[in-house]
Amino acid sequence: MRPFQYTRAPSLTEASNLTAGEDALAIAGGTNLLDLMKLQVETPGQLADINRLGFADIEATDDGGLRLGALATNTDTAVHPRVRSDYPVLSRAILAGATQQLRNKATNGGNLCQRTRCFYFTNIDQPCNKREPGSGCGAIDGIAKLHAILGTSNQCIATYPGDMAVALSALGAAVEISGEKGERSVPVRDFHLLPGDTPWIENVLEAGEIITGIVLPAPVGGTQIYRKVRERSSYAFALVSVAAIIELADGKFSRADLAFGGLAHKPWFDPRIGECLLGQPPSAALFEKAADILLEDARGYGENDFKIPLTRRTLHAVLAQVTGDAA
Amino acid sequence: MADTITVNGTAHPVPEDPRVSLLDFLRHHIGLTGTKKGCDHGQCGACTVIVNGIRINSCLTLAAMHDGDSVTTIEGIGTPDDPSALQRAFLEHDGFQCGYCTPGQICSATAMLEELAADWPSDASESLEGRIAISGEEIRERMSGNLCRCGAYANIVAAIEEVAAGGRS
Repeated sequence: MRPFQYTRAPSLTEASNLTAGEDALAIAGGTNLLDLMKLQVETPGQLADINRLGFADIEATDDGGLRLGALATNTDTAVHPRVRSDYPVLSRAILAGATQQLRNKATNGGNLCQRTRCFYFTNIDQPCNKREPGSGCGAIDGIAKLHAILGTSNQCIATYPGDMAVALSALGAAVEISGEKGERSVPVRDFHLLPGDTPWIENVLEAGEIITGIVLPAPVGGTQIYRKVRERSSYAFALVSVAAIIELADGKFSRADLAFGGLAHKPWFDPRIGECLLGQPPSAALFEKAADILLEDARGYGENDFKIPLTRRTLHAVLAQVTGDAA
Repeated sequence: MADTITVNGTAHPVPEDPRVSLLDFLRHHIGLTGTKKGCDHGQCGACTVIVNGIRINSCLTLAAMHDGDSVTTIEGIGTPDDPSALQRAFLEHDGFQCGYCTPGQICSATAMLEELAADWPSDASESLEGRIAISGEEIRERMSGNLCRCGAYANIVAAIEEVAAGGRS
């Protein structure tokens, strides 16, 4: 690990000041950041420890929703009674990721900011436009089993690796951000960015901005499922995952909020999927139509070609499961 | 006065170099070599310790982040003369071969029993609410952060299951 200056941020304002510099990073749980620092993928000169700034509470909002402190751990969140009862897709998504030891340390804010697990990104001897702009992308013609099939660019085909944010996207949650210019709220669906020509810019956070919380809207009920397909039954990243919040009324879809993990540089939310399903009775043909829309622009890179049919089947399986195998 | 980290009841000063992981602090700064370094990347669980009652990977956290915290390592769990119930069960069920992963397994399982007692659900749980039914499947999922390269998993699960079931009766 390269030498760095460690400072415990005494206040949110000071944390913003400390992390405003190009060479500075905030550390919370540290489970991803310290791993990357050991690999010298991350080499901050200044590390601002924000762990003691407070915002670790999980509390009800005025409109019946729930505010998850950015410094609440993934475990605190997954086992919280209200998350378990009102937002089960979120508990399920968190519990499907990492290990208990990691979830006990990882924070909600840090989870949103975790970096890709692309092998070329984490190996400093390999080309990677994300880690070293202009050096090329090793994955496009290389080992790409975990890589994206949607929203890729000729610069980067990495995926956002997390599970939690996929559920947050389906739930329509918002990220609360504080910085030198004040506070702002960004929908989770808009928080992460596609790689485009700037794959090193992964989310909307600007220098000196700190995530303080995640706000869940009032509970919507419905049947909530997080289905994660992976190579091991535990402690593996998603090849494909689906977070689904589904309701049927009079035999037709009255709610269909779906988000997908493992497919892109961000949790994938396509409003056309819900539009396709709403008001329609479940049927195999309808599920195929939804998959056609989702995968319209999908592109494989050899090793990950399998993700296209796998995504189709996983979506189909989730919809069939929720609708009681009506199709 | 320097900030301190309390390990197994004894306070120690936080190291000056901020790069020191909690794992290296335990092993190299205060000589508690029971906690093992396997992968040093949070993948194997050999470094699992209990901080303020919660199990974490000590390799993926800086000692500097833990001043004021209370850490329990394998040295604080039992002794050869007075092993914990889990340690006895590991002996009885032959829950190891080379033994390198065992301190991490024991620390991890010790904290896991508390998580079970609090009915924290896991990915293997049928329901997110209510009492957790103890099963081999639950234990394997909850212990997936602890690898055993000798492959003593069947005996590790049997040892933990016996103690977990005993705690329920």
